[in-house]
This record gives sequence, structure tokens and C-alpha cells, in this order.
Amino acid sequence: MRGIYNYGFIDENTKKEIRRKLLKAVAIPGYQVPFGSRELPIARGWGTGGLQITLSIIGPEDTIKVIDQGCDDSVNACNLRDFIVTTTGVKSTTDTLEASIIQTRHRIPEEKMRADQILVLQVPYPETLRWVEPSEQETRRMHAEKDYSKLWVFLYEEIVRWGEITLSYRYPVMVNGRYAMDPSPIPRWDVPKLHQAETLFLFGAGREKRIYAIPPYTDVVPLQFEDYYFQVENFKGKFCKFCGSTDSYLDEVYDRETGERYFACSDTSFCMKRRKQSSGIPVKIGRRWYE
Amino acid sequence: MSRDLQETEKQPLLKVRNLSKIYGSSCKSCLELTGPDMESNICPRCGSVVACGNISFNVYPGEIIGIVGESGSGKSTLIKSLYFDETPTSGEVYLQCFENGETNLLSISSQKKRWVRNHLMGIVYQNPYLGLKMDFSCGGNIAEKLLAADWYHVGKIRKRAKELLSKVEIPLERMDDLPRTFSGGMQQRVQISKALANNPPLLLLDEVTTGLDVSVQAQILDLIRQIQREFGITMIVVSHDFAVIRMLTDRTLVMKNGRVVESGLTDQVMEDPQHPYTQLLINSMI
Repeated sequence: MRGIYNYGFIDENTKKEIRRKLLKAVAIPGYQVPFGSRELPIARGWGTGGLQITLSIIGPEDTIKVIDQGCDDSVNACNLRDFIVTTTGVKSTTDTLEASIIQTRHRIPEEKMRADQILVLQVPYPETLRWVEPSEQETRRMHAEKDYSKLWVFLYEEIVRWGEITLSYRYPVMVNGRYAMDPSPIPRWDVPKLHQAETLFLFGAGREKRIYAIPPYTDVVPLQFEDYYFQVENFKGKFCKFCGSTDSYLDEVYDRETGERYFACSDTSFCMKRRKQSSGIPVKIGRRWYE
Repeated sequence: MSRDLQETEKQPLLKVRNLSKIYGSSCKSCLELTGPDMESNICPRCGSVVACGNISFNVYPGEIIGIVGESGSGKSTLIKSLYFDETPTSGEVYLQCFENGETNLLSISSQKKRWVRNHLMGIVYQNPYLGLKMDFSCGGNIAEKLLAADWYHVGKIRKRAKELLSKVEIPLERMDDLPRTFSGGMQQRVQISKALANNPPLLLLDEVTTGLDVSVQAQILDLIRQIQREFGITMIVVSHDFAVIRMLTDRTLVMKNGRVVESGLTDQVMEDPQHPYTQLLINSMI
């Protein structure tokens, strides 16, 4: 394929634009920078925001890992990975520790990421104020004036109605004490990983044409009340059916044939490593985020 | 007379100087060619509408000042300009409790304006749909004002909301209902409790009783007087209804064609109107 297409498929001018927008996004943590989202051989809404960021920052020495809700093997993850490898010739991996760039949909890996790695998140809805305000003009004004009372009332009403905040994903966070931000549909479990991390997080919304970022060592605080704290999912008494893990984010799985319900690690690469380890195969498992 | 002396000794809470709001392209002669003497607020040269022209007045702490005039006289534009809903064309506004009254509120950033309006002001609109979010619960509406003023404790917010709602006689069982399901008078009372939520030093009331039936009007007026007695909040009351003005206010400004034509103690203005327009207004009272 190389020779027919430019390195990384998209043209150099577009890459330059995206890199400029990335620099701006890093300079204003949590601020949504508009960019001219280009046509790609996959449809918008299938990870094109993340893909354009990945293709703009990737170099020949990089190693890419692509995950889809923690899984390396889903159709979407495989296709994006193949596309990136075909158009750049970089190495690919499923090991979080070996990758220099990880593109992800809706999860942050279980193993703690380092300063020399970049996590690129695919974002369907970049505007966290969309929960409460349909007008883009109005949400921009609200961000400019740091007027987040509507978002807070939304959370207050959740507590009044349900006794807790029921948002299970896209939980709004305050970045650097200034911008309210949508962390993309990662589960609440992953939200605290964004706070004061060593890693650079880049967010791309291809359909909505927005880029934003959390630079390393930035304060990222979930919106919470003084008497109702933000809480992550509770997996007490649950464990992964395959590796026995009790401290990772678990998916509930329903087996249609046997009618059995069980839990399994959402991060398949992490789970596989633990299974190898327990059967005596030497394998390196990275540090955890919540050690 | 004694009251005037007393007032000059006190620092005004709110100072408004030469506030103008012109809709349209506006030319140099807009202010000269409009006003009560011209019987119009439309500039004959450029066609712009001078909703407010060179309006200046003081409001002293704890007093209720009335603004009266026919519809289209600029009352609502004036009050909306004070609450930053409208951006005045020119003029200065100083609030004693913001940076010691030394900063012109019209020159600060919109982020600071929002702070001023959330922490130092409350407003009750004629139409509850402007002041309330109908798809938030009644308690949520009060919470919005409190959250904007940096209250982040659900328990405390609910306690405060209950206090306010019982003050305005809304049954507490209805606290978590949507105001959409309330009657007009109830909506207005919820709006008042929302405006009072963060104990603002300045409360703006824009035609609060218009469109309500007479018994509910009386309830709302009673409520406003009670609030004033209890909390000593400074208020600006806009109305076209002299009865409301007479019942609530100490001093009154009379507006016509975007100008203040007469001002003084409410009793004096009512008993001995000086300007022909005020005389006409008083005489037209049923």
C-alpha cells in the first residue's frame, strides 16, 4: 500500500494542522479545539478522531496497540490496527508495556502507563455540557464564562431522584480547575487514572470535529458534592473467571448456551498475561494505577 | 426632607450614571432627537430606538425604589441592563459591595459579570419561564442559584431550599416536582425563593404581579414586603401599576420614552406630581 498513499494515509498538510491543534489542546488542558476532520476509508463515528491523531503523531519507530473496550481482538480494533500498520509499516503489539502509542475506545489499560507513552482516546461526544444544553453556541459561552451551574444541577437532580449519581460513563471532570470535560465513555473506574498521570492523553472526536488533551501531571477531578463523593464501580465479591483478578475492571458476561453469568477482565491483554503467569510462563506485568 | 438628608449621608448601594441603550445603528443626534419632549424614542435621523437615554440614579441600602412608566418606556430594558441580560450602549454602573463600588460593572469581563450576578444579585421576571428552568425540579432551580454561588453540599442546599420554599409557602412535598406543573402564582413564588437563595444584597423585580389574579397579587406583594422587613434587602421594583409602587416603594422614578422624567419620594410623586406625564399617569389610575 505504501507508495500509493502518503505515510500514515493522510496528507502532510492535514497532519500539520492536527499537530498544531494538538499543541493548542495541550496548552489549554480540557479545552475543545475545533479541527477539520478529514474523510478516511472508515465512517465517522468509528474512531476517526482517534485515528487522525494517531496517524498525525506516529513515526517509524513507534509501536502501536489498539483496543476497543479493553479488547485487542474486536473487529474494530483489528481493522484500525491493520490500517495503521499497513499505511505506516510500524510494529504492532497487544502488550501495554511495549506500546509507545495506544489508541483506545472507552477504556484505559489496567497496567499503568508511563511518561514515554501516549494514550489516544476515541470520543463520540466531546461536549460534557451536552447532558444539559443542546445549543453549541450556548455551551461555548458556558465554557468561556466557566458557567457550569446547569451541569451541577443535573448531578444534584440525579441525587434527589436516585440517591446517587447514576452516570456510569462519560462522567464529567474538571480539568486543571478550569474546563469541565467529557473524559469519553470510559467507565468511572478509569476516571481517577487521568489525575496527575505521567502519560499524555489525547482525545479525538472525528464526527464532532474536536480535539482536546490532558497533559501529564494535570489535575483532573470528577464533579462531586461535599456530601456525595464520586465513586468507582464496586466489584466486591466478584472476580475474573479466567485469571481470578479481583482488582481490575470486570465485564459481566452472559453465556447464552449455558445460561451462566460470570465476570471477566475487560482488559484482555492484562488477563492473558495473568493466565500465562499462573501457568508458569514467564511474563512481565506492569505496575497498576491504584497501587 | 429629613429622609433626603439621611440618604445623602449614606453611601449608595447602587450607582447608575448616564446609562443608555440604543437598538439600531445609532447616530450622534439619537439622544438629542428623542425623549419625552419629542414624544418619541425613535431617532428621526437614523431610525434607532433609544430604549434608555442617559439614565442616572442612586439606590441606597435597604430601600425599595420603584420604576414606573407605560409599556415601552424603557423600564424593563433598564432592569435587564442592570442584570447583564442586555448590554447597554454606554454608561456606568457601580455596586458598593463589588470592589468597594470603584469598578464600573459594565466594563468587567463576562466571567466577572456572571460572578456578580450569581453572588450579589437576584432577579424575578414577569414571566416565570425566563427565571425558572421548567425541566429542573423546584429544588433544583434553587440549587442552580446556590451552585452558581459555590454551594457544593447537597444536604445544605436542600436545607436552604426547604427554608426558602416554606418562606414563600410552597408545600415541601412539592419541592422535587417540576415547576411546569405549578400554577402561575406558585411559579412566581418559586422564582422569588430562587432569587433570594444566596441572600443577594440587591433584588430586581420586573413586573412580578402582572398577569396574576388580584388575591395572588396581594399574596406576592405581602411576601415581598415581609422579605424586605426581615432581610432588609435592597430592591428595585419595576411596574406599570401605581398601586404596586405605592404599596412597596419609598422612592420612585417615572420613565417616559426612555428617560426619567420625574423622581422623588413615592408619596410626593403620587400626591403632587410635577411633570405633566406623571400627572396624566396618576389621573389615569382607576
